[in-house]
Amino acid sequence: MIKSYKARRIISNTLIYIFLSVLCIIWVLPIADLIMTSFRATGGVAPVYLIPQDWTLNNYIELFTNNDTTFNYLHCFTNTLFVACCSCVLSTFSVLMVSYTFSRLRFKTRKFFINIGMILGMFPGFMTMIAIYYLLKAMNLDGRLVSLIICYSATAGLGYLISKGFFDTIPRALDEAATIDGATKNQIFWKIILPMSKPIVIYTILTSFIGPWCDFIFIGFIIGPNHPENFTIAYMLLQMVNSENINTQYLYFCAGSVLIAVPITLLFLKLQKFYVEGVTGGAVKG
Amino acid sequence: MNYIDYASKSAFQRTIFKTIQGFKNLPKNIGNGIIFLGKAILGFLLGIVFGIKNYFLRFIRGDFATKISFVIMGFGNIVRGQIIKGILLLAIEFSYILFMINFGWGYLQMFPTLGLIQQKSGLAECNILVNGDNSMHILLYSVMTILISIAVFFIYVASTKMAYKVETDVKEGRKPASFISEFRDLFDKRYHTTLLTYPIVMISVFLIIPLIFMILIAFTNFDSNHQPQAYLFQWVGTQNFHDILGGNPLKAYTFKKLTEWTFVWAIIATFSNYILGMILALMINKKGIKCKSLFRTMFVLTIAVPQFVTLLFMNQMLQDTGIVNTLLQSYGITHAPIQFLDKVNSILPKATVLIVNLWVGIPYTILITSGILMNIPEELYESARIDGASPFKTFTKITLPYMLFVTTPYLITQFVGNLNNFNVIYLLTNGGPATANYYQAGQTDLLVTWLFKLTTVDSNFKLAATIGIIVFIICAAFTLITFNMSKSARNEEEFS
Repeated sequence: MIKSYKARRIISNTLIYIFLSVLCIIWVLPIADLIMTSFRATGGVAPVYLIPQDWTLNNYIELFTNNDTTFNYLHCFTNTLFVACCSCVLSTFSVLMVSYTFSRLRFKTRKFFINIGMILGMFPGFMTMIAIYYLLKAMNLDGRLVSLIICYSATAGLGYLISKGFFDTIPRALDEAATIDGATKNQIFWKIILPMSKPIVIYTILTSFIGPWCDFIFIGFIIGPNHPENFTIAYMLLQMVNSENINTQYLYFCAGSVLIAVPITLLFLKLQKFYVEGVTGGAVKG
Repeated sequence: MNYIDYASKSAFQRTIFKTIQGFKNLPKNIGNGIIFLGKAILGFLLGIVFGIKNYFLRFIRGDFATKISFVIMGFGNIVRGQIIKGILLLAIEFSYILFMINFGWGYLQMFPTLGLIQQKSGLAECNILVNGDNSMHILLYSVMTILISIAVFFIYVASTKMAYKVETDVKEGRKPASFISEFRDLFDKRYHTTLLTYPIVMISVFLIIPLIFMILIAFTNFDSNHQPQAYLFQWVGTQNFHDILGGNPLKAYTFKKLTEWTFVWAIIATFSNYILGMILALMINKKGIKCKSLFRTMFVLTIAVPQFVTLLFMNQMLQDTGIVNTLLQSYGITHAPIQFLDKVNSILPKATVLIVNLWVGIPYTILITSGILMNIPEELYESARIDGASPFKTFTKITLPYMLFVTTPYLITQFVGNLNNFNVIYLLTNGGPATANYYQAGQTDLLVTWLFKLTTVDSNFKLAATIGIIVFIICAAFTLITFNMSKSARNEEEFS
């Protein structure tokens, strides 16, 4: 009896191993294909083989050395880095300020602001895009990188929920002790709450930093195809695979994608714990 | 139902019971919501009445300087020594008046008509371009002016309060608060003002103004035939909503079909990801399986790579001339390319999107549920095994009910997220295959991607705004239900 149980377990485990391995291959295959294509020398968009016949680094080299005005990778990279850094600082401060206020400070209009924030969050995000575009145009900012920074950071304050949840878990007794010792609310924020919430601060910084690298919607509206000097990476890659450019740019598209995917992937793998806590934190509490 | 009955039910029945209970409580909760709303409105009205009463009381009781501050903001403060504060208030009043004279009032006057003079280009006769009104600027700047006016109004009411307070302070022999001490308060007692000012200003300018503007657009005829500068657009009342709900056959048909598909998509996408992802998570976490973290990392890798990269690449792979089709043909499995993404009038594109969405979504479920799955008490499984339950039975009787219980809120957020799932559809099929039966939409378009297309391709802003409002209503309804259900779940927890 025991033997048969063991045998059954071995069989079922083997089946699971096979099943999981097959699925893993399916899951990793597109990514692997992307990486292999980025090292492919010839063959256009779709050759009849999966593994490249001749390997080359040329796609990467070409990406950095071409003098193409539209698809200047280095230029787009610096643009994106600049936008990401600025909007990261602004949005991190907005998020932390709003979440600290809603978590720790009590004032008359608190409930009102929280409700308004919830309602605003339910409108589809790009419904307002056209109006934002005209607003920026009226301020003479359209087509500039500043307008991108504004777009990515302006409404960041609404994403306060995760960090507010974290702040809520810090015992209030600490605040009270500090108040008795004569600390102002400002000092409590900077010297007690922030140092104690390092994980959530890092999470906020990194998510707001990654945002501009992945956005291809807002930039299409605000910068548009007519300002190639202000493209970000995501938009440049999107332009590379539109029907006009795909035949000439496809291999470069793959190389460019791999280059930006690597740092983001590494960041995410490091951060997945925080991600899970952020998402399930609310769920488990109900 | 009393507790004994409830406890004797199986976990699965409990979940169903809870769900039904949640829906049963819906009318009651909606009723409560309406009562709450009524109370809130009543409170609001009472607040206004008291505000007006106090405003006049302050005016009657105040002395001469205070009375003057009702017209000249900050006068009372300056007279009684709060000079910097008084000057600031005066500056606000002054700049508001200047703003209204030079800018706001003109636009506000044209707000009811959205402009009357159309631009005329008399090129043929005399080469003169007569500048007409720009309806869009009128609407946008009117909204801006109204919001600024509201803000200034609140500052004005507060300033009368300040003037009265400084008067009573002086009368009762207290020293009026100095500017420095009030400034210090901004970092302690009134710290929320300091912290919230920047976010609120940014959100007002770049979210609330555009949002009000777009909501108003839904009640105008702003589309490609009424593009401002060259043409005017007008208020049309609820015409757009009427169009979309049956007035205009083509648009109404598109709306109906796309709404159906949006819901079908959201339901299938949510549940297939949830259930399949959970089964995979269970397999990875099964006792005796080695390399758990390797398997998990392999799956999680797909989340980590930015979606627009993988989905654009998938789109290329699945084209008629893409790698999948070329490989299938070169091995002789198929003879003609399979049109995964743009076979017209077929279920194939929809199925492809759903399957690719599995590829995107399952890793999320694995990531989220792994931790919770390991929290399920091992004894439950052991006793089930001793009783001879099959793995399938254990899954439906133990795992699923437990998980549903814990993750219902996550599931509903996920559902609302899928209703608005822009990336997968836009990057993979771009809504295609296009069809003439639909107004500016393809067969896999969701409401949000339709909205996006109407804005970018068709410049049909009125319709886009209308759909935006409808999507908002759907999302708000589901969020309310979530709130409702999780509340009933919480009550139930208290119960047992």
